[in-house]
Amino acid sequence: MTEIRFHGRGGQGAVTSAELVALSAIDEGKYAQAFPSFGPERRGAPVVAFLRVSGSRIRVRSKVYHPDIVVVLDPTLLDIVDVAAGLKPGGTVIVNTAKTIEQLRAQYGFKGRLAAVDATKIAMEEMKVPITNTTMIGALLKTAPLTTLSAMEQPLNHRFGRIAERNKKAMERAFAETTIRE
Amino acid sequence: MAKVEAMMPWKDVPLGGTILEPGNARKFKTGDWRSKIRPVTDKEKCIKCGMCWIFCPDMAYTHREDGYFDWNGDYCKGCGICAKECPKDAITMVAEEE
Amino acid sequence: MAKRVGMEVSISISEAVKLANVDVISAYPITPQTHIVEHLSEFVSDGELHSAFVPVESEHSAMSAALGASAVGARTFTATSSQGLALMHEIMYLAASMRLPVVMSVVNRALSSPINIWNDLSDIMAERDSGWIQVFAINGQEAYDLTLQAFKIAEDPRVLLPVAVNLDGFILSHVIEPIELFEQKEVDPFLPPYQPVLRLDPEKPVSMGAFGSPEVFIEVKKQVEEALIGSQKVVAEVWKDFGQRYGRVYKPVESYQTKGAETILITMGSITETAMMAIDALREKGRQVGLVHIRLWRPFPFKEFLQAIKGAKTVAVLDRALSPGGVGGPVGLEVKSALFGKEERPYVAEFVAGLGGRDLTVETFIEVLDKAEKYSQKQKDFQYELIGVREK
Repeated sequence: MTEIRFHGRGGQGAVTSAELVALSAIDEGKYAQAFPSFGPERRGAPVVAFLRVSGSRIRVRSKVYHPDIVVVLDPTLLDIVDVAAGLKPGGTVIVNTAKTIEQLRAQYGFKGRLAAVDATKIAMEEMKVPITNTTMIGALLKTAPLTTLSAMEQPLNHRFGRIAERNKKAMERAFAETTIRE
Repeated sequence: MAKVEAMMPWKDVPLGGTILEPGNARKFKTGDWRSKIRPVTDKEKCIKCGMCWIFCPDMAYTHREDGYFDWNGDYCKGCGICAKECPKDAITMVAEEE
Repeated sequence: MAKRVGMEVSISISEAVKLANVDVISAYPITPQTHIVEHLSEFVSDGELHSAFVPVESEHSAMSAALGASAVGARTFTATSSQGLALMHEIMYLAASMRLPVVMSVVNRALSSPINIWNDLSDIMAERDSGWIQVFAINGQEAYDLTLQAFKIAEDPRVLLPVAVNLDGFILSHVIEPIELFEQKEVDPFLPPYQPVLRLDPEKPVSMGAFGSPEVFIEVKKQVEEALIGSQKVVAEVWKDFGQRYGRVYKPVESYQTKGAETILITMGSITETAMMAIDALREKGRQVGLVHIRLWRPFPFKEFLQAIKGAKTVAVLDRALSPGGVGGPVGLEVKSALFGKEERPYVAEFVAGLGGRDLTVETFIEVLDKAEKYSQKQKDFQYELIGVREK
C-alpha cells in the first residue's frame, strides 16, 4: 500500500488531485481511498488531503501520518508547514517549484528522494489559471506508478468536461518535465 | 378512540393506535361534563346564520331541514361560545336544574 | 451486472436511494449529510428519479413531512446529522409508534458544544430508545447495501418500523473508495414497491397519530416493542435473501479472529476495519486477541452477541459516545447488562474514544487492548476510561 499526503491551499485542488488518482486506480481494478482533512473550507488556507492506493483491500481509515509520498501543490507552503513530517524512510517529496532540486535541498534540507516541477508555470501556460491539481498528478505519477496517464483520462473527462483536454495536456507536460533526484 | 372500545388486548389494538372508524368521536359523549348552564335559542331572533354551529368547539348543534339549529346535550359543555358569537343575541345561557 | 466504481460513499447512498425508487424525499441540509441529499435533488431535477423532493425549513419539518408522506403510503427517505437529528427527536418517537417505515441515513457527527462538525456517535445514541431499527456500516459497500436493505426491512408487514442506517461522518461519508453498484433490474426483484398495510386514504378514512389515553397507551407501546424485537427475524431473512442474491453476507454481530481469543475488542461503525489491523498486528506477536463488531444495534442481538464473545476472559468495549454520570458509553452499558447474571462472564473494560472527530489509529486500538488486558489481570474496579485526554 502506498500512502500519499497532499499539501495545498484551499481552492488549489489538493482534494481533487487525491480523488482523481483514486478514481483512476479503482478503474484499473486496484483499491484506493481518498479523503480530505475535513473541516470548514477556507480559500487560501493550508489544507491537506490523503490518498491510499493498494493491490488489496484497504481497511485503515485513520489519517496518513507516515506517508510514502508527499505532494506539495504550493511552494509558499514550504515556509509555513512541515510538509515532510512523518515521511517514511526512503519516501518521496514532490514540490511545485520554479527552483531546482539543489536549491530546494539547500534551502529546506529535504533528505532522500526529491522531485520538482514548475507546475504553476505549466498550469498558467496550458490552462491560464494557477490551479495545479491535475498538473501535480503528472508529477506524482512520474515518481510512482500508482495508475497510468491513460487510465487518468476517464476521470479527467468526467470531472472537467470541455476543459478536460487542457488538464490532460498539463498533466502530461508535468509528467515529462518533472525531475527526480534520489 | 372511543373509551370503552379502547379496553382491548395489545394484540388487538389497530396498528400504531390508528383509528379505523371515521367519526367515532361521536361515541364519546362529553355532555356530562357540562358546567350546569346551557344555551337556549330564541327562534324569534334567530336568522339561521349558523354561527352557533360553526363556532361550537364540540358538536352540540345540528342543522335542521328548516334551517334552524338543534342543540344536543350529549356534547354541550356549556362553554357559552355560541351565545357570545350569535350576531343577533338570540342565544342565552340558562342555569340547569341539579 | 453490478459494476465496481470509485465513488464518494455519500454519493453511493444517493444511488441506493434512487434504485429504491423512493416516492418522497424530505430533507434539510446539515454537514456532513449534505452530499447525500444534494445528489438526490440533482437526480430529481434531472428527471432521473421520479420523486417528490421536499426542501423543508428545518429537520423537525423534514421528519414531520417524512411521516406525512409515509402515512399516505409513499416510500420515504430522509437524512441528517448531529443537531439535525436532535431537532428531529420528538418526531423520531412518532415515526416508530405510528409504525411508519421511513428510512433515514444518519451521518454520525458529535453534538455541540463545543461546535464540532466531526464524527462520533453521540447524535444517534440520543435516539437509542426511539423505537427505530438501527444499523451501523463499517465501510462504503455496507452503507450502500444497508440502505437498500433498510427499505425492505422497514416495509415488511411484520415490521413496519423506521430504520436508521448509520455511517460515520467524514471518515466514512466523504471517502472515495471502490463500491459495487447494482443495476435497476438487479434490485427490483429484491425490493418490490411498498405495499402499505394502513394508510391515509380519502376513500377509506382512518386517523393516525391520535390521542392515546392511559387505557390504551401501554398497549400501543407494547406493540412497538414486540415489533422491534420481532424485526430481528425479518432482518435475518432480508440479509439471507440479499446474501443469496448478491453474495455479500450480513449478520447482526460479526467476529474477526475470535477463535481462541482471550481478549475481545467490541466496536461499532467504520473504526472496525482499522481496529482489525490492530488485531492482526497483535496476533502476529502471538497475542490471543480478537474483535467483535455490532452491526445491528437496535434491536440488540443479545443471543448472537453472547455467542460471539463466548470463551473470552476480557472484553474491551470501545464507545464513541458518553453517558455522563453513568457507566461510560451506551455500548459498554449494553454489554455489561447483557452479561449481568451470567454465571461465567468476562471482565469488561470500557473505553470511550474518538469524540468529536479525534482520529483513531491502529496504535489507539493496540493501546486499548493492552490496557484492557492489564486491568483484567488486576481486576481493576473502574467505570470507564477516556482515551487520549491530555492531562498536562
